[in-house]
Amino acid sequence: MKVVVDMNKCQDHGQCVFAAPDVFSLDDDGRLAYVSDADEALRDEVEEAADVCPLQAIRIEG
Amino acid sequence: MTGTTTGKTAGTKTGTATGTIVVAGGSMGGLRAAEQLRAAGWTGAVTVVGDEPHMPYNRPPLSKDVLAGKAPFASLAFTPKAAAADVEWRLGTKVVAARLGERTVALDDGRTLSYDGLVVATGMRPRRLRCPGPLAGRHTVRTLDDAKGLRDELTGPGVRLVVVGAGFIGCEVAATAVRLGVAEVTVVDPLPLPMVGPLGELLGRALLKRHEERGVRFALGTGVAGFRGDGRVTGVVLADGRVLPADVVVESVGSVANVEWLDGNGLDLVDGVLTDDRLRVGGRPDVVAVGDVARFPNARYDGVPRRVEHWSIPTDTARHAAKALVAGLTGADADAAPGPFAPLPTFWSDQHDFRLQSFGVPGLGTDDVRVLDGDPEGDVVTGYHTGGRLVGVVALGGPAAATAAARYRAQLLKSPALTP
Ligand SMILES: Cc1cc2nc3c(=O)[nH]c(=O)nc-3n(C[C@H](O)[C@H](O)[C@H](O)COP(=O)(O)OP(=O)(O)OC[C@H]3O[C@@H](n4cnc5c(N)ncnc54)[C@H](O)[C@@H]3O)c2cc1C
Repeated sequence: MKVVVDMNKCQDHGQCVFAAPDVFSLDDDGRLAYVSDADEALRDEVEEAADVCPLQAIRIEG
Repeated sequence: MTGTTTGKTAGTKTGTATGTIVVAGGSMGGLRAAEQLRAAGWTGAVTVVGDEPHMPYNRPPLSKDVLAGKAPFASLAFTPKAAAADVEWRLGTKVVAARLGERTVALDDGRTLSYDGLVVATGMRPRRLRCPGPLAGRHTVRTLDDAKGLRDELTGPGVRLVVVGAGFIGCEVAATAVRLGVAEVTVVDPLPLPMVGPLGELLGRALLKRHEERGVRFALGTGVAGFRGDGRVTGVVLADGRVLPADVVVESVGSVANVEWLDGNGLDLVDGVLTDDRLRVGGRPDVVAVGDVARFPNARYDGVPRRVEHWSIPTDTARHAAKALVAGLTGADADAAPGPFAPLPTFWSDQHDFRLQSFGVPGLGTDDVRVLDGDPEGDVVTGYHTGGRLVGVVALGGPAAATAAARYRAQLLKSPALTP
C-alpha cells in the first residue's frame, strides 16, 4: 500500500501519528515524517489516519 | 430510489444487510456515517439527504484560510472513500419530519422515504442575537456561503468589524480579520476573558494578551443591547451604554441543534438528540446519531450525556454508530458488537500565529488549572484537573507546545473513568 501525504497541505497537527504510529511520526522540530511504502496489514490504521487529518492531506494509493 | 415510499424490510435475524439506511444531514458526519456503514458490512442501500447544495466540505478553514482568501472553496471538499461510491446523495433537500414508529422520513420536496435504519447527522446552526436593529451587515459563519458573504464585506477599505462572542469561532474570525488588514476589529463578550468557559482564566488571560498585542480590541464584561443603523448596521449598542461603530458584525454566540424534524417521536431533544452509550436514539436499534448533534455519555468521564462540537467527533461517532446500527439491523448483538463509546475528545484552533491544541475535556477541570510545561508568555501546556485527576490538557503556542501536550495525551488515555 502506497501512502502519499501532500506536504503543501500538512500543518503538523500530528493526529495521524496517534492513529498510525508505525507509519507517521513527528521529528524533533514537530515536522511530519512517514513511511510511503506501508505494510498492507496497517491499512485500517492508515485509513483512520487519513480520516483524522484536519487538512485531508493523506491519500492511500492501491 | 426515486419513488415515493421506498425501502424493503430489513433482513433482521438473518444476518443479511438488505434494505435502506437513510442518513439525515449531508456534511462531515453524514459522509463519515455512509463510509462507516460500508466498513461495518452494510451492503444494502444508503441514501444521504442534505439540505446544503454542496457535497460535504471541511468547515474549520471557513473562519481561517477561506476567510483570509488563502484556501479556494474548491479545496474544501472531502473525497468520499471508494467503498461509499454507490451511496445516493440527495442534496438541496431537507428532512422535515420523521415517524420513527413507521420508519419513514418526510422531505421538503413532498416525498417520503421508508428506511430500515436511520442516522441523525443534522448538526447545528448558529444561534442568532434577538435584539432590536437592522439585519443587513450581520453575519454568522457556519457554511461555505456564509464565509463567502462575509469575506466579500471585509475586503473593502477602512472596514470596522465587531465580533459578538469571544469563543473559538469569534476569536478565529477576529484573528483572520486582522490578518486580512481589516482596519478595526473589536470582540464583545459578557464574560471577562476570551474562551474562558472551556479553557479557564489562566489561558483566557494569556489569549487576551496575545490577541491585543496583534491588534484585536476587546469590549469584555458587557453584552449587546441592540444594533444601530437604518436598513444596514452602523453600530453595536452595548449593555453598558457604549456604542461601537461597525460596518460589519459577526455573531458567534453559540449554536442550536437541527432537531425540529424529530419532534413528535417522544425523544429527548433538549440539546441535540440524546443517545445511549452506543449512540442509539430513543432506545431503538434502528436509529443512531453522529456528529455535533449527538448528546452522548462518554464512558471515559462521568456518564453525563453531552454534545461535543469538535471536528474529530463526526469521525469518532460515525465509526461507533455505524457498527451499532448494522448490528441492530442484522440481528447481531448490538450490546456486544461495538462496546460503550469512550472517545478522547480533541480539538485545535488556529489564531494569528499560534495554535491551541486540546486533548480530553478541559471544561470538566477548570477549577484546578496548572501549568504543566513552559509558561503563559511563550509556549505553554496547561493541565485541567478534577478531584486530583488530570482530565484535559491544552497546548498554546507553536509545534513544541503541541509535541509536549501529546506526551500528556498518553496519560489522559490511561486515566481511569471518572465516577458519576
Ligand atoms: C467556522 C467553523 C470553524 C470550525 N473550526 C474548528 C476547528 O478549528 N477545530 C475543531 O475541532 N472544530 C472546528 N469546527 C467544528 C467542526 O467543523 C464541527 O464539529 C463539524 O463540522 C460537525 O460536523 P457535523 O456533520 O456533525 O455537523 P454539520 O457540519 O453542522 O452538518 C450538518 C449538516 O446537516 C444539514 N442539515 C441540517 N438540518 C437538516 C435537515 N433537516 N435535513 C437535511 N439536512 C440538514 C446541515 O445543513 C449541514 O450540512 C468548526 C466549525 C465551524 C462552523
